[in-house]
Amino acid sequence: MKLKGPDLFVPLGAVAAAMLVFGVFCAALGVNPLGVYASLWKAGFGSWYSWQNTLVRASPLLLCGLCTALPARAGIIVIGNEGAVVVGGLGAITAGLSTAQMPSLVSLTFMVLAAMLCGGLWIAFSVALQHYRGVSAVISGLLLNYLAIALMNQLIEGPLRDPSSFNSPATFPLPLDHRLGFFSGTHVHHGLLFGVIGCLVAWFLVERTTFGFSMKVAGGNVRTAKLVGLPVGRLVVMAGFLGGACAGIAGMVEVAAVHGRGNESLNAGYGYTGILVAFLARQSPLGVMLFSVLVGGLVAGSGMLQRAHDLPDATITVLEGTLFLFILLSDTVYGRLKIPGGKANAVAA
Amino acid sequence: MQLPPESLGGWGLVVALCGGAMRGSIPYMFVSLGECLTEKSGKINLGMEGVLLMGAMTAFGVSDLTGSPWLGVLAAAAAGLLLGALHAWMTQQPAVNDVAAGIAMILFGSGLAFFFGKRFVAPMAPQLPLLNLGGWSHTPAVASALRISPLFFVGIALSFLLHWVFTRTRWGLQIRATGDDPQAARALGIDVNRVRFFAITAGGGLAAIGGAHLTLYFPGIWSEGISGGQGLMAVALVIFARWSPRRCLAAALLFGGAQALGPSLQSLGINGYYHLFNASPYLLTLAVMIATCSPNRSLTGMPGALGKK
Repeated sequence: MKLKGPDLFVPLGAVAAAMLVFGVFCAALGVNPLGVYASLWKAGFGSWYSWQNTLVRASPLLLCGLCTALPARAGIIVIGNEGAVVVGGLGAITAGLSTAQMPSLVSLTFMVLAAMLCGGLWIAFSVALQHYRGVSAVISGLLLNYLAIALMNQLIEGPLRDPSSFNSPATFPLPLDHRLGFFSGTHVHHGLLFGVIGCLVAWFLVERTTFGFSMKVAGGNVRTAKLVGLPVGRLVVMAGFLGGACAGIAGMVEVAAVHGRGNESLNAGYGYTGILVAFLARQSPLGVMLFSVLVGGLVAGSGMLQRAHDLPDATITVLEGTLFLFILLSDTVYGRLKIPGGKANAVAA
Repeated sequence: MQLPPESLGGWGLVVALCGGAMRGSIPYMFVSLGECLTEKSGKINLGMEGVLLMGAMTAFGVSDLTGSPWLGVLAAAAAGLLLGALHAWMTQQPAVNDVAAGIAMILFGSGLAFFFGKRFVAPMAPQLPLLNLGGWSHTPAVASALRISPLFFVGIALSFLLHWVFTRTRWGLQIRATGDDPQAARALGIDVNRVRFFAITAGGGLAAIGGAHLTLYFPGIWSEGISGGQGLMAVALVIFARWSPRRCLAAALLFGGAQALGPSLQSLGINGYYHLFNASPYLLTLAVMIATCSPNRSLTGMPGALGKK
């Protein structure tokens, strides 16, 4: 993928404009915006320790961003990421607990595969509904999020419940050596590798393979795709499956690296934030890498805003919403700006 | 609402479901009417979940600060108008996708609601007075099922009013013409952008009143999970209702009843699959969507310009 001038300047300009508006919002509430941004910088990127926090947050975001970015290439807006994370996590913990007697590596492999299958089928179902039945994947995806959460609550309070977990129901824990490890000397877990590899593979798939090209044709113009004989339905559903499989792995990572068991924290909002990451990245897998770290830093800084400025944790949600609005508004600039080498570049959406 | 339905046997479930339908349908009613108005003009507002939360928080906060729940309802409507206007303005910019804008508005609206709502999580605000229509009954379950919020009747009146506006008035004709074929509407001298701005903004205002019901009715508290996807389901419901305000009313009652299924069964002592029964509105919405949508995109009653750029 060749980066053109506007590909870089327009999103960064949108981010700057959103930060300006959010700054005015803070100032109107009597909080010094420069102080807020200084705190966010310090908590997200100010030291090696805060970088580690940011990377821990970024690792599920990389995978959740792909869950929206990959199907977007095939022309479908997927926002069922949260549900795919939850069912992926449930699949992983079920596989992990039933292979607890096997060697650690075998068990972890089963967990990854189960998570990919659960998350993948979850999103593939929603995408197939749009393609074959005309049910908006946006609506079915959000409904499936609520269904996944209900399923999770039913399972962790019922069949999967560890009887010793009283106040916050959870499953039995994974054996200690069946969890993902940490990079030495840090508290960053190996789940980050899944995210980075996922983004690189996705980039290769989208930009360098026939499959990725066919996907883009199907997403660009269904009629053209059908005329040249592409199996549009299969391509679109496959893109959904791959995206969902990524979000499923994010659930597996949360289970196998962060919590060590399945509990309510699976529904921590990474799926929703992943949608924002994908749109900020204009659905490009490499862009997802960049913006996962940026947004991961924001998420890591939300606690700091509470402590240092007495702002509620939803402050970050307001900033995220503002960013989202501005990045969409920036689409309107593309056709109008006359920058040498830049031309209208509408995201398939 | 605590119902002691044992005294009524199997009828207890029916009474509880009907009462639940009349209570639970109110948010669906207002949001689906607002969305119906929006979509009649040819645009989609998927951000109703954010509008609903913002309405719920604003109504609660204003009712708590001023002591007047009706002022809370008005303030909620005002907040909804503002969010609606923002969505309308955004989606009229060239190359801005209205589905993506809706997703952004869900995040933005709920973020604002959670931000300003933080201080209101604990207390209880003055609630809307209830109309006691069950005084004649000696059965407590029936009497309590018939204690109805006045917003229920406002919603019914609104759906008939909207139907009348769409079919009998000049405004309604302009909105429908805009939604069916903006080119032709322009040729008739209709200011398409202004009509859409009005419809989307007013739709947001209507939807936010549904949010007011969430916090100004028993148990009358504000919490971040209070809307639970009802704003989104109401958007799906408009498709099911084929863009007719009167059918929106019927569909809202159905969804309100489905929502009452989990709690009603629980009050009868059946709580084995509590979480799954509580998820029945989501399942119902999904089933209804699968049954009523069609891949070739020509549904009866669907505004012609919907989903097109």
